[in-house]
Amino acid sequence: MTDHIPALRLEGIVKTFPGVRALDGVALSVMPGEVHALMGENGAGKSTLMKVLGGIYQPDEGQIIVSEVPTVMTSPLQAKSKGIVFIHQELSLAEELTVAENIYLGELPRRSFGRVDWTMLYAQTDAILKKLKVGFNAKTIVGDLSIANQQMVEIARALTVDAKAVIFDEPTASLTDAEKVVLFDVISDLQAQGVGIIYISHRMEEIFKITDRISVLRDGSYRGTLNTRDTTEEEVTQLMIGRALDLTRNESHHTLGDVALEVRGLSCGDLFKDVSFEVRRGEVLGFYGLVGAGRTEIAETLFGLRDPDGGVILLDGEEVRVTSPADAISKGISLVPEDRKGQGLVLGMNCRDNMTLPQVGNLSSGPFVAPGAETAIFDKYKEKLDIRTPGWKQTVGNLSGGNQQKIVIGKWLSMNPKVLIVDEPTRGIDVGSKSEIHTLIRELAAQGYAVIVVSSEMPEVLHVSDRIVAMFSGRVMRTFTSDEVTEESLIQAISGIAPTQKVA
Amino acid sequence: MEAGNLSKILKNSAIWGFIVLELIFFSIAGEFLSLSDKAFMDVDNMLLLLKQSAPIGIIAMGMTIIMVNGNIDLSVGAIFALSAVILLDSLSWSVFAGLGDWVIPVSWTLALLTGVALGAINGLIVWKTGVDAFIVTLGSMLGFRGLVFMYNGENPTSSLNWTLVDFAEAQFLGFHTATWFLAVVTLIIWYIMTRTVHGRNAYAIGDNREAAVNAGIKVGPHMLINFMIIGFLSALSAVVFYSESGSVNPNDGQLYELWVITAVVLGGTKLTGGSGSIVSTLGGVLAIQLLRKGLGHIGADTSTVNLVIGLILIAVLFLDRQLNAKGKEELKI
Repeated sequence: MTDHIPALRLEGIVKTFPGVRALDGVALSVMPGEVHALMGENGAGKSTLMKVLGGIYQPDEGQIIVSEVPTVMTSPLQAKSKGIVFIHQELSLAEELTVAENIYLGELPRRSFGRVDWTMLYAQTDAILKKLKVGFNAKTIVGDLSIANQQMVEIARALTVDAKAVIFDEPTASLTDAEKVVLFDVISDLQAQGVGIIYISHRMEEIFKITDRISVLRDGSYRGTLNTRDTTEEEVTQLMIGRALDLTRNESHHTLGDVALEVRGLSCGDLFKDVSFEVRRGEVLGFYGLVGAGRTEIAETLFGLRDPDGGVILLDGEEVRVTSPADAISKGISLVPEDRKGQGLVLGMNCRDNMTLPQVGNLSSGPFVAPGAETAIFDKYKEKLDIRTPGWKQTVGNLSGGNQQKIVIGKWLSMNPKVLIVDEPTRGIDVGSKSEIHTLIRELAAQGYAVIVVSSEMPEVLHVSDRIVAMFSGRVMRTFTSDEVTEESLIQAISGIAPTQKVA
Repeated sequence: MEAGNLSKILKNSAIWGFIVLELIFFSIAGEFLSLSDKAFMDVDNMLLLLKQSAPIGIIAMGMTIIMVNGNIDLSVGAIFALSAVILLDSLSWSVFAGLGDWVIPVSWTLALLTGVALGAINGLIVWKTGVDAFIVTLGSMLGFRGLVFMYNGENPTSSLNWTLVDFAEAQFLGFHTATWFLAVVTLIIWYIMTRTVHGRNAYAIGDNREAAVNAGIKVGPHMLINFMIIGFLSALSAVVFYSESGSVNPNDGQLYELWVITAVVLGGTKLTGGSGSIVSTLGGVLAIQLLRKGLGHIGADTSTVNLVIGLILIAVLFLDRQLNAKGKEELKI
């Protein structure tokens, strides 16, 4: 670090949303030529911080300083013009266009009368691609490239400006090991050119391989910066989770019933492989892992949305094949999906109709709906789940997230399922309603339902689960009971580190 | 929450307000501009207006279900023409010669079955191939029209059955036969949309298909049924219209799909599905017919009429967009 002026410095960034202090005085400084890891659990504030940096959110307090010049960011494009460039986890490329067109999208070099200067475009692009040492050229169609190469195009896009800092957000999520090596080469080239790099990742192995310093966020506040050379995975993990837990560990020990659902060796393409687990009546089985670990995909397979290519599903000890959601529902498997608004609710419909949607046909007399019976069901579960709405006629889209989620849960409870799968039970739900949903899940188990909870929030998994399945890139790493699980061992299991049998 | 209901009521009654405006405008303008000395809101004139609304109106009821379900059907005009050809031609088939006037219900049934079958073809293709309904019915619009021409070349198909004409021109309680058909169809489709499992599921599928699938609703069969319903109604529209006129040209029913969609959209049904009401569609149908008739009343020619309706349609959709955009912002938590 020859230059002593930070490429990018964030000072005392505060950002509040109604009811949540998402960022509480966060500081971060990246030197030129440094790879700086930003770590923290899901919900720790990393993405909010990056959105502040990209001008998508305006901070309530604090400032962004680029090369010692305080700067107000108004949009990602404007941030780019100031030399701050983002490489997102999700690629945003026009697949039908060439590499060159993608790289200079919106700023194609022009000749007179608005004609594109193709010669110049291809020359400039090839110059950038040469720096990246990639195996394709400016005229290649982006859609023909592998995901890793598409990511290179994104990176090339970043290099069209004189970048001071480049932010990589989970760049290796969809890369193979060989492709990772190429990416790391590019990163070290950038480093050599004096670009500051913020590297966001959950993967300890990579962090320790390529970064110089590690900054940790927890619950929206800055917890410190460590020199990668002088620290250990344990120390980083401690920093990430070492808070006084606001959610206590699940310690209920009611007696469990029979095995309701057993899965043996279930596989589905690259999504997950050889997954086995069982869940009993009266038990909450948690699934924990990083985004892309295959948790949601398992839930979708059980619900008939995906075809497995191997393995068996046993329901009450009998082997079943689930071919469609309709089939799953009739067999007693129900799913509260991850994306409540997109997959779980018909937002334009009223509360009652949403709740009775899967069973209007069962309740009807002939082809005619039975409004009386439907209202009775709604009233029962409104009472039971404490759904706060003026009445059944209320359009679901007008309810709060917590109440919407209760409608979806009520929808399945009213059909008395054998297995209830809840994917991200509290995503986008405010803190108060969160604990209500958690209590509800525990109560359902106590009433004898077999419940599977998929979550990417560790406190949540620890709070509601009797046992926890830890997943890493499509495989079950380890299944913990609530007595033996520790936050460290759980984090290690989902980061792909060989399980160390450390019992707290 | 009350505000939501209020804006809903406003939106649902907007089309009727527009109709009242039209009536007032044409009545006053008619005093000065009309060549005839009859008032615009003359009873006979209004009864005739209802009758003339029927052919488009009957199909528009089916289009409402289709669009609420998230699809569209561009082939209604061609189905209309083909069913009409079957109706009029079969009246004079030699196999039915011994039936006397009993040939009428037989021909009607044949025409209606033609409509249902053509609708089923559309529905099956949309269901089984997953190709967008717009493309599928664009294709079948051309294909079905081709069948019409194959049937009788460029020549009109004619058959005048006086019993049929008498029936079609009859008036019961003052209303014409066609008006009664429109009324009964409106009532039945309204009932299907609001009181049956099929109607409920059609709304759900149109609003959020993924959520509907996740609730175990079988999307394909519902879409098939809706295409069969609109096929039936296109044929019924032809039956009502050609029973009276007795002659069909191979080009008849062209652009019907656009008039029908215009009426449905004016009535507030969303092109994206999930929202729409039969009563408002009836309003849309009447509004368009009033406009055509009213502009004619004050001496405008057909091209002016089309220009004005086009402008009004765009204005209405623009207003709707503005209103909805505002509503959405309020919804954000």
